[in-house]
Amino acid sequence: MGSLQSSPSHQDYVDLAEKTGFSFEQISILHKRFKQLSHNEDKLRREHFGQITDLHANPIREQIVEAFFDRRNFYQEIEEPVSEISFENFLVVMSNFRPPSDNMSQEKLVKVRKEKLRFLFNMHDTDKDGTITLEEYRHVVEELLSYYEALETETARGIADAAMLEVASITRGHMEPDEFYEGITFEHFLKLLEGFDIESRMNIRFMNMDTTTLCFLTTYRGVKSWPFQLYFW
Amino acid sequence: MPSRMGARAPAGFARSFWELGLLLLLVFVLLQGSVFPYGADASSQHAKDGCSSTHEGKPNRTKKVFPVLSFEYDHIKTPFEVSLWVLFASLMKLGFHLVPRLSSIVPESCLLIVVGLLVGGLSKLIGESELPKLDSGNFFLVLLPPIILDAGYFLPIRPFMENLGTILMFAVVGTLWNAFFIGSVLFAVCQIPAAGLTHLGLLSCLLFGSIISAVDPVAVLAVFEEIHINELLHILVFGESLLNDAVTVVLYHLFEEFSAFGTVTVLDGFLGVISFLIVAFGGVLVGAIYGILAAFTSRFTSHMRVIEPLFVFVYSYIAYLSAELFHLSGIMALIACGAVMRPYVEANISHKSHTTIKYFLKMWSSVSETLIFILLGVATVGGPHNWNWIFVTSTVFLCLVARVIGVIGLTFIINKFRIVKLTTKDQFIVAYGGLRGAIAFSLGFLLEVEDEEMRHIFLTAIITVIFFTVFVQGMTIKPLVELLAVKKKQEAKRSINEEIHIQFLDHLLTGIEDICGHYGHHHWKDKMNRFNRKYVKKWLIAGERSKEPQLIAFYHKLEFKQAIQLVESGAGGKLSSALPSTVSIQNIQPKKPPPAPEPRERVLPQLPKSREEEIRKILRSNLQRTRQRLRSYNRHTLVADPYEEGLNDLLKKQKMFELEKKIKEMNNYLSVPVATSDSPTLRRARLASGRQTDFKPDEQQNGKKQTSDPQAYNVKPDPVDVPTIQVELASPQSPDSVNIMDEFRKDKEKDEDTGLTMKLPSGPSAPPRKQSEEEDAKDPQKLTRCLSDPGPSADEGEDDPFLP
Repeated sequence: MGSLQSSPSHQDYVDLAEKTGFSFEQISILHKRFKQLSHNEDKLRREHFGQITDLHANPIREQIVEAFFDRRNFYQEIEEPVSEISFENFLVVMSNFRPPSDNMSQEKLVKVRKEKLRFLFNMHDTDKDGTITLEEYRHVVEELLSYYEALETETARGIADAAMLEVASITRGHMEPDEFYEGITFEHFLKLLEGFDIESRMNIRFMNMDTTTLCFLTTYRGVKSWPFQLYFW
Repeated sequence: MPSRMGARAPAGFARSFWELGLLLLLVFVLLQGSVFPYGADASSQHAKDGCSSTHEGKPNRTKKVFPVLSFEYDHIKTPFEVSLWVLFASLMKLGFHLVPRLSSIVPESCLLIVVGLLVGGLSKLIGESELPKLDSGNFFLVLLPPIILDAGYFLPIRPFMENLGTILMFAVVGTLWNAFFIGSVLFAVCQIPAAGLTHLGLLSCLLFGSIISAVDPVAVLAVFEEIHINELLHILVFGESLLNDAVTVVLYHLFEEFSAFGTVTVLDGFLGVISFLIVAFGGVLVGAIYGILAAFTSRFTSHMRVIEPLFVFVYSYIAYLSAELFHLSGIMALIACGAVMRPYVEANISHKSHTTIKYFLKMWSSVSETLIFILLGVATVGGPHNWNWIFVTSTVFLCLVARVIGVIGLTFIINKFRIVKLTTKDQFIVAYGGLRGAIAFSLGFLLEVEDEEMRHIFLTAIITVIFFTVFVQGMTIKPLVELLAVKKKQEAKRSINEEIHIQFLDHLLTGIEDICGHYGHHHWKDKMNRFNRKYVKKWLIAGERSKEPQLIAFYHKLEFKQAIQLVESGAGGKLSSALPSTVSIQNIQPKKPPPAPEPRERVLPQLPKSREEEIRKILRSNLQRTRQRLRSYNRHTLVADPYEEGLNDLLKKQKMFELEKKIKEMNNYLSVPVATSDSPTLRRARLASGRQTDFKPDEQQNGKKQTSDPQAYNVKPDPVDVPTIQVELASPQSPDSVNIMDEFRKDKEKDEDTGLTMKLPSGPSAPPRKQSEEEDAKDPQKLTRCLSDPGPSADEGEDDPFLP
């Protein structure tokens, strides 16, 4: 537990662990990573994410990075647009990807599920007005397909439109021609992904052991931290 | 079960009576096999007698009368009997599903074994000893491969890979544990003098343990396909049954070798581990090589579609045989081969070939499975047995105990690593689903031990375990699944939104892992995908489809399904039923102002973009191709494509629908005749395809010459001059017909006016596509006229902001 003596105090750790559900070890690992990304500053800014080379190839990198600067994900009232985030915010965003723990009650599971979906919803809803409009949805699909060069945007739009039609028909059923479906609200979003077991999908494994020292940022990526077999469980 | 049978005696009885008759008949035919040679001799003798009597004057032996009818059974014996068995098995399978409710109570595998038992019993009663045995050679080389290939080719890769660790744990460690536990405890049991088995050595017991410990894919498939359990559990049990083959093969050979010598050294154990790695990875490697070869071959089959499916089968079979050649795991090779080739092959081959592959695999595997179970039943009756109470009961008991302990112990370890933990229910089902089957039996048959008695004891015990697992566990697992309320498989109707989110999540999780700075599962998967996309696909997939992302592929599939539904749903009037509701793109279109004030919008709902896309894509990609194909009609090419039939049908129906709609409109407006009211979807689809042809005028013209559109004949009545204004309310039919004629006349005129590129001289055969363009142009006109607001406003682009 030597890592506990690094910058945040023990009490901070307890608070953070309570708030996010991470274990002390996980928090200390993530904290190390945070410091690594921010070059030992207390705040993380957008350009820091730009150093992660692996992220460059990700078609939805902008949305991912934006999610870290989305004040709706922090559970606190911040008015002005966020330009830098603290470790706590970083951790709170990360906590959305925590796997549900073993013996969770049914209600708790529903809550987790809702939170995860809310996170996704916020990623899509870029103008933060509570609905995903067709334009926003199209943007999502276009981004998703963006790394296939030779692809007309028309196809992406076609898919988004079809998907939107599906949403409208699932949530509204019948619509008169002169009615207007303004966009996907969160309730509709929940309904839409009813059969999608997000709680068992939107998880990543947070290491309990310190591996960050093995993963260097931009320059050196020769050492691949962990033995293979762990990743396939 | 007997009481249930009794309850609905009349129907069931008659049927089973019929089946019994059939069975008897077939059995009789089969049994005749060995008797026939005599009969044949006798009859030919008779024939000789006959000819000698008629031709007494010329006793020339060399010159006989040409035998008009001769009989030689031996000539066809083997294939004939094989065919009879296959026929018999298929008929049995058919029969079970004729009996109502029977198949829902008893798993098919149990029934088939019972049939086998009956056949065996009957033949024993008659005294026939020539029944086919479940010959190990045939089993491994003929019966097993189709089942495994079917499993491998349609293996759900995603859940398989996501749970690979757990599956491997169960398959390797679990099987090892089972083998050693059962083997050693059995050895202890054998030391009890009362059993009379003290001569059984430890190695023999371990050999037996290695045979009996492996979960059997055939049995698991047969049972699990009927209980529709959720994907996770299915892949766990099924994946285990597939992957434990390598362990079984190695253990089997190892112990067989050692039991001959009687000593084992540490070195042997070490070599065993090496051997296991070679057998497993060698098998996978061999399979993957052949799979890539098959994928590469399928890249060039676009001119020879008919043999496409064959490549899949032959390459896989060769992979299996090549693996078996070196005693590698043939099952692993087949699985790897099927799983590797599938994505590429499917992108290359035609839709028809894909269907063929699917049906052939399903057919072969189900026939093999049926035969295996029936032959298992036959072999049970026919085979030599040595029933040793202590040995048999302790084997069954140990199998159960070892399985339960193994699963619980391993899950305890596995759950430490899994994100989604295995619950107690899951563990129970995994443990309970450990069915043994014909592979164990065949291995037991293959045993080469000096002591015949020992082999018989083993075989008896193996059969008992198989029967116990297949009958007791197989029959009770379904009620238990329901009792425990284990999550069932959802009827997978994947929506496009879910597909989008699956992809989205993949990238999201990869991104988050990268931010966290550790390389996890998603990271490696992403790397693999990237590699696959960049290099592999280019080599293995022909043409444009190599660049097609998965989402698009999914979208195309969906489109295709909807288009088929569209065709099947009949008249265009039901067009909207292809999509779940009547919501149209207009409802979600943000750029448009709420269209209420504009009445024409109300009359003519906007075309759903998806439908337009759907039809346009199909028209673009298929019509021209199939037309070209139609030109050369020979043995090696298939005749018409269902696509085309479907589309013609669709167009025809659309035309009919047009008429109907016209009738309606007539009634509604009772005014100036309107121009044809094509459904917006089709109108635009035609427009689109027309536009498409603008790019390739040559091809289009060829196409037109090849196939005249039948629907043009369908609806076109003789042009007659009639008044255009109708006010008859009572009889809608007559005004309608009149108006159509009028319109068509107009169409023709217009056709000639606007010299488009694709003009045909004669009116009746003018393709609807052409017409539709005209109609399209007229549409706004029509609408305004309906509102008694004359004056053409032919801005057709206005109402379709989607068209490029």
